[in-house]
Amino acid sequence: MQITVTVNGAEYTRDVEPRLLLVHFLRDELGLTGTHWGCDTSNCGVCVVLLDGLPAKSCTVLAVMADGHEVRTVEGLAGTDGSDGLDPVQRAFSDMHGLQCGFCTPGMLLTSRALLDRNPDPSEAEIREAISGQVCRCTGYENIVRAVRAAAERAGTVTS
Amino acid sequence: MQVPAQFEYERATSVDHAVALLQRYGPESRLLAGGHSLIPMMKLRIANPETLIDINGLDELGTIRLDRDEHGAQLCLGALVRHAELLASAVAGEHFPMFHDAERVIADPVVRNRGTIGGSLCQADPNEDLSAVFTALRAVAVVQGPDGRRLVPVREFHVGPYQTVVEDSEILVEVRVPVRPGGGSAYTKVERRAGDWAVAAAGAALWLDGGRVAEVGLGLTAVGADRFGAPRAEEFLRGAPATEESFAEAGRIAAEHCRPVADQRGPEDYKRHLAGELTVRSLRRAAARARGLEA
Repeated sequence: MQITVTVNGAEYTRDVEPRLLLVHFLRDELGLTGTHWGCDTSNCGVCVVLLDGLPAKSCTVLAVMADGHEVRTVEGLAGTDGSDGLDPVQRAFSDMHGLQCGFCTPGMLLTSRALLDRNPDPSEAEIREAISGQVCRCTGYENIVRAVRAAAERAGTVTS
Repeated sequence: MQVPAQFEYERATSVDHAVALLQRYGPESRLLAGGHSLIPMMKLRIANPETLIDINGLDELGTIRLDRDEHGAQLCLGALVRHAELLASAVAGEHFPMFHDAERVIADPVVRNRGTIGGSLCQADPNEDLSAVFTALRAVAVVQGPDGRRLVPVREFHVGPYQTVVEDSEILVEVRVPVRPGGGSAYTKVERRAGDWAVAAAGAALWLDGGRVAEVGLGLTAVGADRFGAPRAEEFLRGAPATEESFAEAGRIAAEHCRPVADQRGPEDYKRHLAGELTVRSLRRAAARARGLEA
């Protein structure tokens, strides 16, 4: 069936099988391999993208369910702000060592972006709650939490 | 790589249209709401529907509202309300704090953005949380089929594990919870890790009349309670003094009458212990809330 999905601001129209999962649509049809594909059971959260602005596990969404909707992937984060071209959460993850192997990072970045969009000054508990559906096996989460806090504090500095 | 088997895909444009599609495609068709139970089951080929009828576009099923009529007030939750929306709903939390207790520990925040309350009820997983909550609150399910709508008390909604009274050509459209003043409610769950299914969980809704229990509803999940209920413990509590002693006895009765099964989440005796202890804790907290001593 033919679907049109807006991904990172651009419209893509493709003919897909109804059983195609959104994660494979993004990776295989659109070549956007920044969205990772992990446990396939909606547990690990590496496949998280923003669907109409809200984090969703794209291994558990059919591509046809995204027809007419907006998807934002990690490829859509950079270039939105800042002189270095990175989103503030990307810059903060880099500075605070919020990643090691990088497998969970795209999903973590998007969830962090969505959190800061609705809550610009989240507490540590709120950050931990927001990322609690996503698994990181490298950092022990400490540096991810620090990175999100740093992104929030820097954004606060910029706007004040 | 897990991929569902092939299926036909239809998108419903109204509840009537969804019912018509269910009739046209028959018993091998399934409604697709949040998809966070159905799609994983299809990927594992445990579920192999021939047709999926996507109801995600039915905005009329996505509302939470307080309805007042001659019978009093009731909280009406559309079947397509997402878990995250119920958690964020001030009106739901104001009248029934147990909704927020439960929603904080249902799956994880990302899954809660997609999963729906109607999907949870219709999946009828014996470890599911809202089934226990709605049981405690004596909610009523509104089910629509080719012949119109019918009301089903949630206490009669589940037929067994993964089975409900919803017929092949019917759709759950709404869950209604009667609102009565003077009450408090709470839900308590023990899980192995964040986002997991319950090892055991218990919910309590309590209405006080002076120092006594005027009315009470209990719901248990993951412990093999018949239809998520604890009717004998409710019977004991009704009219009893709202005290620690009464709550302890109610917990003992609830634990005695459930039938937990040992699995990777714990042995039978531990789950039975939790059924009693979590019933007591929920009753204690519900009473404190009914007395205005706790938010």
